[in-house]
Amino acid sequence: MNIINIEHIAKIYQVGSEEVHALRDVSLRIEKGEYVAIMGPSGSGKSTLMNILGCLDTPTRGLYEFKGVNVSEMSDNELAAIRNREIGFVFQTFNLLPRSDALHNVELPLIYAGVPAHERKEKARMALEHVGLADRIHHKPNELSGGQRQRVAIARALVTEPAIILADEPTGNLDTKTGEDIMALFNEIYEQGNTIILVTHEEYIAEHAERIIRIRDGLIERDEKVVNRYIPQKNGASKL
Amino acid sequence: MKEFLYELKEGLLISLRAIGANKARSVLTTLGIIIGVTSVVLMSTAINGIDNAFQNGVASLGSDNLYIDKWEWFNNDTPWWELRNRRNLTVEDYERYKELAKIPLAVAPTIWSFQNIRYKNRIVESIIIQGTNHEYIKTTNLTFKEGRFFNELESNSGRNVVVLGSEIAKNLFPNGYAVGEYVRIKGHKFKVVGILDEQGSWVMGNFNPDKQVFLPLQNIYKYFQSADFRSITINVRAKNSLMVEATKEEAIGIMRRVRGLKYNEPDDFSINQQEGLLNTINQTVGVIQIAGLFITGLALFVGAIGIMNIMFVSVKERTKEIGIRKAIGAKRRTILSQFITEAAIICMIGGTIGLIIALILSLVVNQFLPTSVQIDTIILAIVISIATGVVSGFAPAYTAAKLDPVEALRYE
Ligand SMILES: Nc1ncnc2c1ncn2[C@@H]1O[C@H](COP(=O)(O)OP(=O)(O)O)[C@@H](O)[C@H]1O
Ligand SMILES: [Mg+2]
Repeated sequence: MNIINIEHIAKIYQVGSEEVHALRDVSLRIEKGEYVAIMGPSGSGKSTLMNILGCLDTPTRGLYEFKGVNVSEMSDNELAAIRNREIGFVFQTFNLLPRSDALHNVELPLIYAGVPAHERKEKARMALEHVGLADRIHHKPNELSGGQRQRVAIARALVTEPAIILADEPTGNLDTKTGEDIMALFNEIYEQGNTIILVTHEEYIAEHAERIIRIRDGLIERDEKVVNRYIPQKNGASKL
Repeated sequence: MKEFLYELKEGLLISLRAIGANKARSVLTTLGIIIGVTSVVLMSTAINGIDNAFQNGVASLGSDNLYIDKWEWFNNDTPWWELRNRRNLTVEDYERYKELAKIPLAVAPTIWSFQNIRYKNRIVESIIIQGTNHEYIKTTNLTFKEGRFFNELESNSGRNVVVLGSEIAKNLFPNGYAVGEYVRIKGHKFKVVGILDEQGSWVMGNFNPDKQVFLPLQNIYKYFQSADFRSITINVRAKNSLMVEATKEEAIGIMRRVRGLKYNEPDDFSINQQEGLLNTINQTVGVIQIAGLFITGLALFVGAIGIMNIMFVSVKERTKEIGIRKAIGAKRRTILSQFITEAAIICMIGGTIGLIIALILSLVVNQFLPTSVQIDTIILAIVISIATGVVSGFAPAYTAAKLDPVEALRYE
């Protein structure tokens, strides 16, 4: 089943009198259960594409169907509902609420989904357990390491059981070792049947996925299966 | 409905978190609201107090009363010198009026004198001594704590008897038991025959019956001042409020006759009414109200601007937070209500602090001006503070709600 179908998407930013073509003409399909890396140099339009796929932004031109529904015609509220229920974001800079503890950060999407308090606390706790942070649920972001923060962010992305997880350079702010642990976690999540789109500019990170879409100057350059996918060591997580 | 309550509850919790994170700023922000609410509560409390006292005053004197006097009490239609040049009203005028008047319920002459009053080593200085007759009590609603008013015999024969207002009695006889004792006025002994109940009509100043004493009219002329020193006043009580106008018409006719006025001569007396007093008091209350409204409005306005300002700063500072919330599914409406709720809570906290300050201050004020804080005043204060929060929080909240999520997430 197609989760995502985009056809001839373009995104043009108006900067002063100049037009910046962040995306020129992009078409792609992503199916349920895929692990896709979007690869490209800095400025190639990866984040722009991810924001559109995540319903944070709308394309200037083109068609976007999410689970067969035309997203381009949705209202702000409908987009918010899709982001809330169907999409889990993981950002390079974690983007946690700094004054709230891990538990509150993770339960926040469930608050917006209208889940009753005891149920959502339970779900948030389980999600934190899932990412190996059972003993950190009442820690605030500044009391956690970078890797732990990214795990909280991943737990927040997973807690609503979204149709797709979008990760924009999730290891970009982490050292190699911790980055590997996070990639191991993504692998685990993938193996449990989740759909993941991973944005990166590093070949080595992209090779964790089973499919790589290479993008340059707002155009898809190549779209290929990874023959010999890199499977990270699972036990890395325990050394966190 | 359930969804709304859920959102409200979660909105409140989120707002409380945000306020908790900026305690000092939140409290400072509320200063304007604190001042506004304090003044709302104090003002309406004071106005209540004045109003009550006035109602008591009118009630104790009787609202269906007319006062025939040389002086015009409230309206200043007639020039002062003209009033001054009028002949004094005399006891004879009173007697002839009483004889001719058919419709009043009761009629009594009064004349006053400033004197000191003592009992043993206790003294109350410069009080109003009212000289009148036994009919006087029927022209008022005064009630007795102890004893009685002087009777017809005591009145006609000019006995040295006296009735004390409650405050005078309290000062001279702190332990009670005044009836039967003798007080001295200008060296003359008077036997106390009655003590009035407290009337609480302090607005009326020296005319407050609590601060007066009453004795037979002849004694005023006999001991304190000559008959031509001051005009008397004739207190007239109409049968009921519907009869006030008729009683007044009759009084004008009779008095013109008594005073021997020709048809083309103007009245050389005035018929005064409580209404005049009412107008004066209402004017005073009105001035206080306007001043109060002005101070309150100004404080609340300043408060509202402060809240708005701080909320704009808060929205700016928390742009990234708003971006995160939107990314994970907060709707515009959710963000809007989050920030409005936050402003409303800050204001409500300010309002509560203001209310507490006002309650404490009103205890202090209570020493001078008997008041009580009404429950509707409290509700009003809370409603006003929440409303201020909602109004001043709207614009910043709206700005937050319509932020573009991608831009907001990129904000550092
Ligand atoms: N809000 C914006 N306004 C103007 N230009 C933008 C904006 N966002 C991105 N761009 C431009 O679009 C191009 C693609 O940006 P981006 O998608 O962030 O690239 P990447 O994530 O691959 O580094 C860049 O040239 C960038 O400068
Ligand atoms: Mg990028």
